[in-house]
Amino acid sequence: MTHPSVLVASNIVKDLGHGAGSVRALKGVSLDLRAGELTLLMGPSGSGKTTLLSILGCILTPTEGTLTVAGNSTSGLNAEALADLRRRHVGFIFQSYNLFPTLTAEENVRLALDVRGERGADVAARAQRALQQVGLGHRMKSYPGNMSGGEQQRVAVARAIAGKPSVILADEPTAALDSENGNAVMELLSEIASGVGAEHAVLAVTHDPRTMKYADRILKIEDGRIVGEERRPDGVDTIHQIARGKKRKTDAKS
Amino acid sequence: MTFTLAFRNLFHDRVRLAVTLIGILFAIVLIAVQLGLYLGARQIIASPIDHANGDVWIMGYGNKNFEEAQPINQRARFVALSTPGVASVIPMITSFVDWKKPDGGTANIVLVGADPEDGAMVPWNIVEGDTTALGTRDAVIVDKTYLEDLGIKTVNEIAQVNGSRVRVVGLTDGIRSFTTTPFVFTTLPRARSLLGLGPDQISYALVRLDPGASSDAVSAALQARLPDLQVLTKSEFRMRSLNYWMLSTGAGVALIGGAILGLIVGTVIVAQTLYSSTKDHLNEFATLRALGSSTGYIHKVILAQAALSAALGYVLGMIIAMLIIFVTESMALPLPIIMTGGLAVLLFGLTLFMCAVSAIAAISKVTRIDPAMVFAR
Repeated sequence: MTHPSVLVASNIVKDLGHGAGSVRALKGVSLDLRAGELTLLMGPSGSGKTTLLSILGCILTPTEGTLTVAGNSTSGLNAEALADLRRRHVGFIFQSYNLFPTLTAEENVRLALDVRGERGADVAARAQRALQQVGLGHRMKSYPGNMSGGEQQRVAVARAIAGKPSVILADEPTAALDSENGNAVMELLSEIASGVGAEHAVLAVTHDPRTMKYADRILKIEDGRIVGEERRPDGVDTIHQIARGKKRKTDAKS
Repeated sequence: MTFTLAFRNLFHDRVRLAVTLIGILFAIVLIAVQLGLYLGARQIIASPIDHANGDVWIMGYGNKNFEEAQPINQRARFVALSTPGVASVIPMITSFVDWKKPDGGTANIVLVGADPEDGAMVPWNIVEGDTTALGTRDAVIVDKTYLEDLGIKTVNEIAQVNGSRVRVVGLTDGIRSFTTTPFVFTTLPRARSLLGLGPDQISYALVRLDPGASSDAVSAALQARLPDLQVLTKSEFRMRSLNYWMLSTGAGVALIGGAILGLIVGTVIVAQTLYSSTKDHLNEFATLRALGSSTGYIHKVILAQAALSAALGYVLGMIIAMLIIFVTESMALPLPIIMTGGLAVLLFGLTLFMCAVSAIAAISKVTRIDPAMVFAR
């Protein structure tokens, strides 16, 4: 089943710097992200991955081209309007987790909801559900400093999904993690993309080849251009889908 | 969550918190003491006028304050008495004069002569003896704050004013003088005699009004009828005395200047610490911005941090200021430091203002923050 596009970028051009020192970081990138899919954006250093991610996340504005997020065009929006679009439709996962060290895991997730203006009685419960979803139900009151890198990244994932955004953008989510924790985080992202209702489109920027087995689709970027796209053929499961299938069989037998 | 985040940011770095609180505390104590002294000075300056029983004051031209009065002829009394709205006119004398201590040495005093039965100015806060004793021979009443200055230990001691014998028959408490020159109270005839004034000379004619009469209207009528003299309402004379001592002498300016200096120093210290705290948490603020927070949300965090610092610093500063006031009060210093409810509220307002101004630099920093920096770590 093909899900609708929740993010569409057309002919995105981005110049960084001014005047003679200006560099064209993106040279006409077009792509779309669909709910239910985990897309990897892979490319060498300096290829424009992070610049593209910043534009798709409404942090930077393109020099040319158009971007539509959850049906909203970003053209002509000022910084505050872009921030509004981010908080309503985009979840971020950062390479260095970017958790608030003075807040507990639960407070870090609640903060993301608070930023969205969600302050009802159920906010704590929603934060707790998000942490349970990433397997951290037992670490809600822990501070980031007392958690492993993998746990911190899972808190960051919980923070990204708590507000149920249309798009989740992850910047090198496994770069700071060992193989085991890296796999756990990618499994989580894959599960989030293909989970119940397939609500989220997930894009992860990475140069880690270990992550490829989790992808529904891989975009390759070089020198500011998308130079290749691989899509997992229909009927071929990702590692995560295979694992989930095995678990279902085991559950059925028992 | 903005308050939680502000609170945690603040308490995360205890050393910086301590520096911030010391900055605010320093400012509060300095401002409280300076403004307290200012209020104390105002109270002392206005106190004799407030305690005098006159709605309108008739005096010589050029009188700048209560203590330094030019002699006037008491015929003015009779002119005043025939003016509509005037109920009574009471004469009073004040003058700087020398006091010779019993054991030798002299001091300058302000002699106040008024008859207690007229009620122009009855010594108040009497702690030993009473005003009826002023009717006895050579009687004067002094304030116990100045006993040492006057060379007196207790009542019934003998001294000299302008070469004439006087006997201390009573003591007041807390009637202080802004110039630190002690007030010495006696009767009108005795004051005339001690100062060598003629029987028709007085310093002031205090006018009491008929019920319902307007002090402004009566004052204007009296001024028209007494063009060679100065006629002021009580509030006008009070303001003139305050202006003279507080502004013309520069004393008030120095006290207010000290308070402003405290405000500036406090603002600089708090601004510096708040700015460096914001810089340290810049990546967190960039993360908040990347998560979609509005700039207003981030400003709220910084302002909450500033407000928390203000509240904590204010409480600590007021505790220290009250201790200083308590200690100086017990020492009965010539110039009291006064803390009123209004001053406490003003100080809290100034603290909040100081912290809000201090937050401007930090707010300006985060307003320019680029959320893309979260990808650059």
